[in-house]
Amino acid sequence: MDKKIRVLLAKPGLDGHDRGIKVIAAALRDAGMEVIYTGLRQTPAMIVDAAIQEDVDAIGVSILSGAHMTLFPAILDVMKEKNASDIILFGGGIIPDDDKEELEKLGVSKVFTPGAPTTEAIEFLRNAMLSKGNDEQIM
Amino acid sequence: MFTKSFIARLKKKIVEWDKSAERFRAKKSMPRFFTVSGEDVDELYTPDSIKGGTDENYYDENIGLPGQYPYTRGVHQTLYRSKLWTMRQFAGMGTPEHTNERFKYILAQGGTGLSTAFDLPTLMGYDSDHERSLGEVGKCGVAVDTLADMEIIYKDIDLAKVSTSMTINSPASMVLAMYLVVAEKQGVDLKDVRGTLQNDILKEYIAQKEFIFPPKPSIRLITDMMSYCTKHVPQWNTISISGYHIREAGATAAQELAFTLADGFCYIESAIADGQDVDDFAPRLSFFFNAHSDFFEEIGKYRAARRIFAKRMKNKYGAKNPKSWLLRFHTQTAGCSLTAQQPENNIVRTAIQALSGVLGGTQSLHTNSMDETLALPSEKAALIALRTQQVIAFETGVANTVDPLGGSYFVEAMTDKMEAEAEAYFEEIDKRGGVLECIEQGFFQQELARSAYQHQMELEKKERVIVGVNDFVLEDEVIDIPVLKIDKNVERDQSAFCKKIKAERDNTKVQETLARLREAAKTDGNTFEVMMDCARAYVSVGEMCDVLREEWGEYSETQAAMSAS
Repeated sequence: MDKKIRVLLAKPGLDGHDRGIKVIAAALRDAGMEVIYTGLRQTPAMIVDAAIQEDVDAIGVSILSGAHMTLFPAILDVMKEKNASDIILFGGGIIPDDDKEELEKLGVSKVFTPGAPTTEAIEFLRNAMLSKGNDEQIM
Repeated sequence: MFTKSFIARLKKKIVEWDKSAERFRAKKSMPRFFTVSGEDVDELYTPDSIKGGTDENYYDENIGLPGQYPYTRGVHQTLYRSKLWTMRQFAGMGTPEHTNERFKYILAQGGTGLSTAFDLPTLMGYDSDHERSLGEVGKCGVAVDTLADMEIIYKDIDLAKVSTSMTINSPASMVLAMYLVVAEKQGVDLKDVRGTLQNDILKEYIAQKEFIFPPKPSIRLITDMMSYCTKHVPQWNTISISGYHIREAGATAAQELAFTLADGFCYIESAIADGQDVDDFAPRLSFFFNAHSDFFEEIGKYRAARRIFAKRMKNKYGAKNPKSWLLRFHTQTAGCSLTAQQPENNIVRTAIQALSGVLGGTQSLHTNSMDETLALPSEKAALIALRTQQVIAFETGVANTVDPLGGSYFVEAMTDKMEAEAEAYFEEIDKRGGVLECIEQGFFQQELARSAYQHQMELEKKERVIVGVNDFVLEDEVIDIPVLKIDKNVERDQSAFCKKIKAERDNTKVQETLARLREAAKTDGNTFEVMMDCARAYVSVGEMCDVLREEWGEYSETQAAMSAS
């Protein structure tokens, strides 16, 4: 049975720059995924609650304000607390290389930085779904 | 401008020229010849490219001389020969002390104006000790909670001498009130205070999304402030109607031009509806545009902006004072054009973009630092950015003559095209019921999202090359430029300072001024006058915003505005 990858996209924190996340939303949709964009200024709890409710495979967040070292860990904490750590967490933004490494160590599956083509995000999600051991066929 | 017989002769020559050029067209250096905005560009521009160019009045009505209606060639007769553009570098980070140091450094290095960047909690009307500020304090600008912070930021800087720009929108009035109180405390007459407040809420709904209150009360905050400044701070530019953020959010050049001017006209109509005389406030309006990488498209955009504005101010709004017809603008090079890969190349991009702003006749300019896709600028990167402007001003000779590209067939044709595209958008916006309706319908937002996605797809299909990103890539590149990090203690220290001021100030006065603010918000009192007293009493930005949130509610985007296409 074909199952579409379901992705929740959100902007955490106070940052309103939404060009990137809208481009990602359109690209993932064009790649056949189901995308739910919950909008601006979402708290970690709002994001994780929505992800559970929508039964998504992945959460993608975009942070351009420099608050990534606070917001990503906060989302991971809520995911743990709510037993939602099986959801893939990925993100992007203005994030220096050493912060990116640290975030990936902390449990963010993938951090994309400026210049990354949308095809990388698509490929990442498809591979991550496969390695999640999901035996359903992924389109 | 050109005689009909000349154009007829020229057309014949072009036919022959075109035939003989055919043999070169099989080979193409690029897949497509188009602008950054996706507009196809012709191989050749000639006098025949200028529509209406055979009309006797064409030159007077559309081009004219610098400093003369319709100001296509510039707002001043002698422009940079009399006064160079203001080199105004945007700065702000960490604590007020850090920002004060950076400001003094910029002035010591020959910067001629200040431009203040605030952190997100300040922009969103939360104090540094608020829960929602966690992780954001001092990150993308300086934190301002109360007057005490503004006193530190501008310490030992003479506010009668320097002109200051402040990039803030929803809480713009609160922060301006604090700035004016700092000036008062320095003993400066408010009549001598010069600067610009961004104060452009409409583009926040459209593009940057740092809104707090719904549009109607937000516009009222602006008209209240404009009315105060007209009386008491006559040299202050009350609003900087901004296309910059619209462009950064994905707009094409024509969309940037059209949506920005449409916003401007919306403010003008609101102030007129408020009972203000157009010639009282219009001379203090200013604009802010992006300088992207497509050199000639950008220059056409600036020239068209001046022409459209002058025509509308004179003909539609009946402004009589020629100063009301002038579109004066600040320019910032395009942050969204910078690359995280091979960041030193950003110096070159910025230089070329800055040159387009200068050739387009900008009044002031910010040049981005090479490291802005990585973090806030390091001191070294900020210095190179300023030096870039100084090289353009003093070494290239471009300041020697006014509008050096005026009369270029390509530039004039581009200017006409920009004007026509903007006019088509104005019609569409009117048809949809105006700017506020378009925001609710998500019209602007969807236009931007579509342009941004199209641009991204052009990159991914390699129809468009970005050096270092999708071509000329360095394998295993290691970034080796210094990257500024904001000390983790900034948030803790700033939050503690905010709490300390709140504990030490006269809290009876705080309650009294806040009650007056609430009263003004409920009725039609001038909110700005009360904010001056709030500022004097060390009431915080967050406290003032909380009162207005309670009275006016908070705005959230419509589903249509959130839609990606």
